[in-house]
Amino acid sequence: METYAVEAKDLTKRYDGTTVVDRLNLQVKENEIFGLLGPNGAGKTTIILMMLGLTEPASGTARVLGFNPTREPLKVKRLVGYLPERVGFYENLTARENLRYIADLNGIGYAEANERIDEVLEKVGLTESEIMEQSGPNSKNKKEKTVGKYSRGMKQRLGIADVLIKRPKLVFLDEPTSALDPKGINQLLDLIADLPRMGTTVILSSHQLYQVQRVCHSIGILSKGKMVIQGAIDKLGREALAGGKYQIEVETIEPSPQLLENIRAIKGVLGVQAEENILTVSTDADLRAAISKAVVQNNFPLIQMKIQEFSLDDIYMKYFRE
Amino acid sequence: MVAVLRKELADYFTSIRFITLFLLVFFVSAAGLVAASQGIRSANLPEGIVFLGLFTTSGAVIPSFTYLVSLLVPIIGIALGFDAINSERAGGTLSRILAQPVFRDSVINGKFLAGVFTLSVMIATMVLLVSGYGLSMIGVPPTAEEVIRLFFYLFMTIIYGAFWMGLAILFSISFRRVAASLLSSLALWLFFSIFILLIAPGIANALAPVGDGTQAELIRNAEVQRMITRISPNILFQESTTVLLVPVVRSLGMVSSSVAAYMVPNPLSLGQSILLVWPHLVSLVSLSAVCFGISYVLFMRQEIRAT
Repeated sequence: METYAVEAKDLTKRYDGTTVVDRLNLQVKENEIFGLLGPNGAGKTTIILMMLGLTEPASGTARVLGFNPTREPLKVKRLVGYLPERVGFYENLTARENLRYIADLNGIGYAEANERIDEVLEKVGLTESEIMEQSGPNSKNKKEKTVGKYSRGMKQRLGIADVLIKRPKLVFLDEPTSALDPKGINQLLDLIADLPRMGTTVILSSHQLYQVQRVCHSIGILSKGKMVIQGAIDKLGREALAGGKYQIEVETIEPSPQLLENIRAIKGVLGVQAEENILTVSTDADLRAAISKAVVQNNFPLIQMKIQEFSLDDIYMKYFRE
Repeated sequence: MVAVLRKELADYFTSIRFITLFLLVFFVSAAGLVAASQGIRSANLPEGIVFLGLFTTSGAVIPSFTYLVSLLVPIIGIALGFDAINSERAGGTLSRILAQPVFRDSVINGKFLAGVFTLSVMIATMVLLVSGYGLSMIGVPPTAEEVIRLFFYLFMTIIYGAFWMGLAILFSISFRRVAASLLSSLALWLFFSIFILLIAPGIANALAPVGDGTQAELIRNAEVQRMITRISPNILFQESTTVLLVPVVRSLGMVSSSVAAYMVPNPLSLGQSILLVWPHLVSLVSLSAVCFGISYVLFMRQEIRAT
C-alpha cells in the first residue's frame, strides 16, 4: 500500500452555517508537488488550516504524515511548514532575528540555529548584500537591515526560508507567487521544484494555472468547497478533453492510403486521419515509437511528431464551464 | 513558552514605548519626592509611619506619589497590552507563529507574563527610587512593619497594573484594529477614574432618595454611592493603598460622630489594615484573573484566518 503524506476523508468545515469545505477527499503522495486550484473562496486556505490543526473540521478526518492534526497538532507542526498567503514578519527585527525566533519556537539550539539560518538564506538566495544596510563605501561597521525595509519579493523569499528552517517533511504554500515580479516568480518556482529532492512534499495553493502546471506533479481542482477532480496533470487532460485518448500528430510528405492502413494496424491505434501532410493518430497508449517505425519502414520521411499536451487552462476552464 | 517570553521581553525592553514609559516612571518618582519634601514636615506623622509619609504626603501643588502612581499604572498596563494580539494579526505574524510547534496558549501566556514582568520592573523601580532618595532626604529608616506594608503596596500595584494590561489584551483580541483597542481601553480607564465619580451621586439619589434628610436616609444614600464607586477598580485601588500606606485610616465606611469621638487616633496595626482592605485585594486579584481568563478563552477559540 502506498503511503500518503496527506490524506483527507470527508473533511467538512462550516462557518456560521455555510459550508466552506464539503466532504473533501484528498490524497497526496510523498515527495510530490500537489497543486490545490480553485477560484477565490473555494476553501483552499481553510483546507490548509485544517491540515495544520489551526482550525477544527466540523466532521471527517485528516491525516498528515500519519498524525491527526486536530488531536496531535504539535506533532504535525513539528514536521510541517506553512507559508501563509500574506506572510508577515516583525518589521523592527532583521531577517536573522526573525528566523532565530522561529528556530527558538521549534526548540533548535543557538549554534544549530545560526547554521541553519545561513543555510536557508543561501537556499532562497537572500545574499549578504541584500540583507545588509546600504552604507557608504568606507563605513566599516555594517548593520543588517530590518525586515521593514525589505521589498515584497525579499519578504516572500524570507517566508520560504522561514518555512525551511525547521527542515520540514511537508510544506503548505498558500499563494506563494502572489505579488511577485516575473523574475521573482521564476526563482521561487525553481526553488519549489527542488524541494521534493530534499525529501519534502509540497502542497501549493494557487490560481496561477501556468505556474502550477510548471511545477506540480498532480493537482486537485476545488469549487465551492468540493473537490471537482484530482490526479496527475497529463492524465486529467486526456480524461477531460480527449476522452482518455492520446492524440499524436505525425508530419510526413504526401502520405499514401497504404501508410494509413499500416498505422491503423498497429495494436492500440484507434483511428487515423490525414489532412494534407499531417496525420492525426488517436491511440490508447503512447505509441510514438511504433508509429515512427511504421512511417519510416513504409519509406516515408518523418518530419516531426508530437503528442498532444493538455494545458491546465483547458482542463480548468472545462470544469468551470460546467 | 520560554521562547515567546524571551522574545516579548526583548521587544519590550528595546522599544521606544518602553523608553517613554521609563521616562514617565522617573518623572513620577521625582514628582513624588518633591511633593514629599514639601509636605512631610507639616504632615506631622506619628513615629513608626514617617517613612511611609514619603509615599503618601502631597506638596503644595504636586499630588502625592501614590496618587501619581494610581494614574500612571493603568497607562503603563494599557501601553503594554493594547496591541498584543491584533498587531500580530495585522502584521501577518500570528498565523506564522501558530504554525510552529507551540501550544496556542503559550503565545498569550508568554505575552502576559512578559508584560507583568516589565510592569513589575517599572513599579519596583519607582518604589525603590523614592525609598532610596527619600531615605537620604528625611534620614528616618523604615521599620520592619513599614517595609512589609510597602511590599503589600508593591504587590497590589502590580496586580492593578496587570488588570489594566489584561483588559487591554482582551480588547486587542476582540478588536481587529489597534486604534480601536487602544481607544476602548482608554475610554474605560477614563470612565472608571472620573465619570463614575460624577454619576455615582445621581444613581445613589435615584436608588436611595434623601427625602426628609433623616440620618438613616443620608447614611443609606452615602453607602449606595460608595458601593457604586467601588465598581471601579481605580477606586478600589486608591482606597486599599490609602489604608495600607496611611495606617491612621481606621475605616473606609461611614462613622457616626458619636462613635468617632471614642476612636483613638493612633495607627492601625498591620494585621488590622490588611483586614480592612482584604475584600479590595481579593476583588482586584479576581478582576485581573477574570480579565485574563476571558482573553485566554477568546484567544483559544478565535479563528486564525488572516482575512
